[in-house]
Amino acid sequence: MRQYIDFYHEVKETIARRSCDEMNACREAALHTFSSQGFPSQKVERYRYAQVEADFSPNYGIALTPLAAKLPPHCFRIAEAESRVRAIYNKVADKDDSIVALNTMLCVDTLVVHVPRGVRVEHPIQISNILKGEQDTMVCRRILIVMDELAEASVIITDRAASQNHFLTNQVIEVVMGEGSHLSLYDVEETHLLCTRYSSVFVQQGRNSRLHHTCLTLFNGHTRNRLDVMLQGEGSEVTANGCVIADKMQRVDNNTLIDHQVPGCTSGELYKYVLDDNAVGAFAGKVLVRPGAQRTASNETNANLLATRTARMYAQPMLEIYADDVRCSHGSTVGQMDEAALFYMRQRGIDEQEARLLLKAAFITEVIETIPLESLRDRLRVLVDKRLRGELSKCEGCKLCK
Amino acid sequence: MLKIENLHASTGGKEILKGVNLTVQDGEIHAVMGLNGAGKSTLSNVIVGHPAYEVTQGSITWDGKNLLALSPEERAHEGIFLSFQQPTEIPGVSMVNFMRAALNAKRKYQGLDPMSAGDFLKLMREKRAIVELDSKLASRSVNEGFSGGEKKRNEIFQMAMLEPKLAILDETDSGLDVDALRIVAEGFNRLRRPETSAIVITHYQRLLDYLKPDVVHVLIDGRIVKTAGPELATEIENRGFDWIRNELENKE
Amino acid sequence: MEERNSFVREVAEKKYEYGFTTDVQTDIIEKGLSEDIVRLISKKKEEPEWLLDFRLKAYRYWLTQEAPTWGHLKMPHIDYQDISYYADPTKSKGKKQGEKEIDPELMKTFDKLGIPLEERMALAGTAVDAVMDSVSVKTTFREKLSEKGIIFCSISEAVREHPDIVREYLGSVVPYRDNFFAALNSAVFSDGSFVYIPKGVRCPMELSTYFRINARGTGQFERTLIVCDDDAYVSYLEGCTAPMRDENQLHAAIVEIVVKERAEVKYSTVQNWYPGDSEGRGGVLNLVTKRGHLRGANSRLSWTQVETGSAITWKYPSCILSGDGSQAEFYSVAVTNNYQQADTGTKMIHIGRNTRSTIISKGISAGKSQNAYRGLVRVAPTADGARNYSSCDSLLLGSNCGAHTFPYMDVQCETAVVEHEATTSKISEDQLFYCNQRGISTEEAVSLIVNGYAKEVINKLPMEFAVEAQKLLGVSLEGSVG
Repeated sequence: MRQYIDFYHEVKETIARRSCDEMNACREAALHTFSSQGFPSQKVERYRYAQVEADFSPNYGIALTPLAAKLPPHCFRIAEAESRVRAIYNKVADKDDSIVALNTMLCVDTLVVHVPRGVRVEHPIQISNILKGEQDTMVCRRILIVMDELAEASVIITDRAASQNHFLTNQVIEVVMGEGSHLSLYDVEETHLLCTRYSSVFVQQGRNSRLHHTCLTLFNGHTRNRLDVMLQGEGSEVTANGCVIADKMQRVDNNTLIDHQVPGCTSGELYKYVLDDNAVGAFAGKVLVRPGAQRTASNETNANLLATRTARMYAQPMLEIYADDVRCSHGSTVGQMDEAALFYMRQRGIDEQEARLLLKAAFITEVIETIPLESLRDRLRVLVDKRLRGELSKCEGCKLCK
Repeated sequence: MLKIENLHASTGGKEILKGVNLTVQDGEIHAVMGLNGAGKSTLSNVIVGHPAYEVTQGSITWDGKNLLALSPEERAHEGIFLSFQQPTEIPGVSMVNFMRAALNAKRKYQGLDPMSAGDFLKLMREKRAIVELDSKLASRSVNEGFSGGEKKRNEIFQMAMLEPKLAILDETDSGLDVDALRIVAEGFNRLRRPETSAIVITHYQRLLDYLKPDVVHVLIDGRIVKTAGPELATEIENRGFDWIRNELENKE
Repeated sequence: MEERNSFVREVAEKKYEYGFTTDVQTDIIEKGLSEDIVRLISKKKEEPEWLLDFRLKAYRYWLTQEAPTWGHLKMPHIDYQDISYYADPTKSKGKKQGEKEIDPELMKTFDKLGIPLEERMALAGTAVDAVMDSVSVKTTFREKLSEKGIIFCSISEAVREHPDIVREYLGSVVPYRDNFFAALNSAVFSDGSFVYIPKGVRCPMELSTYFRINARGTGQFERTLIVCDDDAYVSYLEGCTAPMRDENQLHAAIVEIVVKERAEVKYSTVQNWYPGDSEGRGGVLNLVTKRGHLRGANSRLSWTQVETGSAITWKYPSCILSGDGSQAEFYSVAVTNNYQQADTGTKMIHIGRNTRSTIISKGISAGKSQNAYRGLVRVAPTADGARNYSSCDSLLLGSNCGAHTFPYMDVQCETAVVEHEATTSKISEDQLFYCNQRGISTEEAVSLIVNGYAKEVINKLPMEFAVEAQKLLGVSLEGSVG
C-alpha cells in the first residue's frame, strides 16, 4: 500500500499537469480514503472472495499516459467534453471504496462517451484495451458514459493482452443514464494468466431508462468485477448478465448490487460459471429494495458447473428488502452436467469429451443468447467454443497454458 | 446379428435381468412385450451401455464383437440406435449442431471425411420430411419444448439420419395418438433397409400392427418366458399376461 | 384499508400471554462476571475439577473475543457485568442439591404455561424437563425411561451421575472457541438437559424441555447435550417463554447433538421468548449456538423451529454431515412483528459421501421488524455425491418491515449438486379478495394464508407442538396487512 502512496507523492505534479481540473480536484480526498483504509481484507463483505493485498503487492510500473488523440464518434478525452459532463466525474462511483480511490488518485485521463439527447448511435462503440509492454505494468483506466435523455447506444469494452507480462488493471466506469435512454454495455475480458483485473462499474439510471449489461470473462488471471446499479428513476429496467469460463489457476469474482431506490423498477440477473482444474469462482449478488420502492420486480439466477473437485465455487445471492409490494426471487445452483443428456448424446455416437464440451457451451449459451447485438452474439459463440476447446489464440505458444 | 446369452444385469444393487437369451438376425423384427417392471427398458439400456446398469453375468455379441466391451458411443457407431422412451431435453444445444456432431462422429469412425454443411442440411431436410417433423423444431434445442409426440418423431428422424443396423424402439408408442403413431410407424417402415433389424418394446398390439414383427417374446420377471410368432401379440392383446404366468407356474 | 389498519393496531397492541412473573424464592448470585464468579457457579453446583477447568478455559478465551457484528441486527449494548449469571429458584434454606422440593408457586407457574410437571402428562406421551432461569426444576418420567436405559436428566445431574459420557461429549460438537456466545456459555452455563439414548433403542415418548426466564437481571445460559447411539431414535422438543420486562434479558444457550450410525434425532423448537413491547422496549436477546454432528454412516438429524418470540434472534442450528449417507434437514418458520429482529438460518457442512441436506425456511415479517435468513452450505472435496436443496421464502406484511436472504454456498466437489432458491412476496390482493368474496374476513384470510404458507414446516412438528405453533402464528400475525 505504501508503494502506491509514495508513488503518488512522487508523480502528483506530473499527473496534475497531464490531467484536467475535474480529475485533479478529487485526488487528495481519494488519497485520504486510500491511505486511511488501505486494501480491503476479506473481512470486508464485498471483498470476501478477493485477495486484494496479494493482487496489488507486486511491483508494477504504473502507466501515466493520456488517451490517444483519435477517438471514435461520441468519444472524448475528458478535457474536451462538455463542462456539465465533466462535472459528473467521480460523482457516481463509490468514493469510500479504496480500489476506486486508488484509481481516482492515479488516473491521468478519462474516456468520456457522451450521447446527446435523442441520438441513436447506429454502430456499437468499441473500446479496445490492449495491454502491451516491456515490463510489468499497472493500468488505471477511467471511463465516463453519459446518456442524455432518449439517447441510445451500444458500448463494447474489450480487454486483451498482447505481451507476456504481468498486468494489473484498475478500471472504474461511471454511467449516468437520462430519462428514457437505452444502453447496452458489454465488458469482455480475454487476457491471460498473468493479468489481474479490478473493474468497478457504477450506474445511475433515470426514469424509464434501460440498461443491458453483460460481463464476460473468457480468459484471465485474477479478476474481480464489481457492478453497482442504482435505479433512481421510476420505470427503469436493468438486465445484468455474465458468464465465466475459468480453468488452471484462474480466479473470477463477480460482485453485484442492484439498488432499487424508487418504485416500479425491474431488474434481472443471470450469471453462469464453468470451472475446471483449480479455478475459483465467486458470485455475490445483492438485490436491495429500499423503503418505498414498491412494485419492484427482480429476478436473479446464478448457475455453476464444476468439472473437477479442485475447482471451487462460492455463490452468495442476497435479497435485502424493505418494501412489501415486491416480487423478488433468486436461484443459485452448483452442479454437474446432466448425466441423462450426456448419455443421450453418447447413444447418438458423440464421444464423451465432445458431448461434455457441447454441454458446457450450451450452458454458457444461455447468457450469450440474451445479448441484443447479433454480430457480437455470433462472435462470442465462436469464442466460447474455441475457448472450451483450448484454441483461443493467446494460448498458442504461451508457456503457461499446456 | 445380435446375440444375447444368459444376460444378468442390475441397477442400484437390484437384479433386474435374470438370464435373458435373445438372438436377432439381420433384417428381423422382434417384439418384446411384458408388464411394467419386467425389465424391458433395462434390456434396451444394457444393450446400448447405459452407465447406471451393471452386467453381472452373460454376454452380448454384435456381428461377432463383444458389445459389452464398447463404450456407448462406439456401440452407436456400430449401428445400434435406441429410440428413448423419454427422450432427454438438452437446452442450449441446437438440433443442427447435435445431429452434425453425431453424424460426423460416425463418419470418422467409418474413416470418412466430415459431411459438408450444405450436404448435411440437405440431408436434414430430406429425412425430416419422412417423419413430417416441422422445420421449426429442427432449429430448436434438442427436444426442448417438444410435445410428447414431437419427441418421438424426433427420435425416428434421428434414426433416419444415422441409418442404424439395429433399432431399439423403447415404448415408442407411449404417449402417441393414433395419427402420430401411424406417422412414426410408417416413417420407420420407409426408412428401414432390408438388413435393418429392430427390437420393439411395447405393451400393446397397435404399434405391432404397423411394424409386423417376425418374432414376439414375453419378458416376465427378468427372463424371456415365451417366444412365438406374431399371433402371440394378438393373443396377449386379447387375454393379457396372466395366462402366460399361470402356464409357467403349472410347468414348474 | 381503514379496517386493516385498525386491525394492525390491534395486533400490535396484543399482549404477550406468558408475561407474568412468579414470586418464588430464588437464589441469585451477585451481578458481574469474573474468574471468581465462574468458580462460584462451579462450586454451587459441586462440580468436578475437569469441568471447572473447562469453564475457566472458556472464560479466558471469551475475554479475548469480541461480540460478532456481521448479523443483520441492531444489537443493543450488552453490559456483561450487569447480569447475574446464576439464579436458582429451587433453592430454599438448608436443602442440598438433588433433594429439592419444588415450591408450589413454581408448580403453578408451569401449570399456567400449560406445562404440568406432574406425571399426569402420561397421555400426551411427553416427558418434560423444565428449566426455570438456569436450573432444571424437575424431570418427569425418569423411571419409565431408565427401564430402557435412556438417560434424561438435567445436565448438572448428568455431570454427577454419568461423568464419563458428559466428559466425552461436552464441547465436542460446539467447542468453547466456536464463537463469542459459545465461549460465554461454556464459562457460565448453569443447567440444561442431558439425553442419552443407548444403542438400538427407540425412545418411546417425546422428550421435552421447557425453558423459562423468570428472575430480573439474570441471563439464561443453558446447555443441552443429546447423544443418540447406533440405531437409536429420539424426538426432542424445546419450548421457551419469559416474563414481560422492560429490560433486555440475555439468553445464550448451546445445544450439542451427537448422532451415531443409523441413529435419528428430531429436534423441534417452539421459541416464544418475550419479544419486547410494541415500542421495542425489553425482550429477550436470544443468541444461541445449536449444532449436530452426524458422526455415523446413514445417520439422520432434523431441526424444526418455529421462532415467534425474542427481541433479537441470532441462531443457526447446524449440521456437520461426516457419516457417509447421512441426511440432515432444517425446517424453519420465523415470524417477526413490531421491532423484533431475527437473523436465523442454518449451516450444512457436507464431509461424508452421498450426504444429503434440505433447508426449508419461511420468514414472515410484520410491523417494523427485520427478518433475515442466513445460511451456509459447504461441500468438501470428500463429499462425493452430496446433495443440498434450499428454499427460502419471505412474506412481507406491511411496508415498514424488512425481509432479507443471505445464503452462502461453497462447493468444492464436482459430483455434488447444490440448489438454492428464494422468493419474497406479499399476500396478494387477489388472494385476499378471493377470500373476502367467499365471506372470509381479511383478518381470518391472512391467518389462513400465513398458516398455509408455513404449513410445510408446521407439519414437521410433533402433533401437540404443531397445534401450539399454529396458535402462535395467529397471535403474532393476525391481520398484519397494511
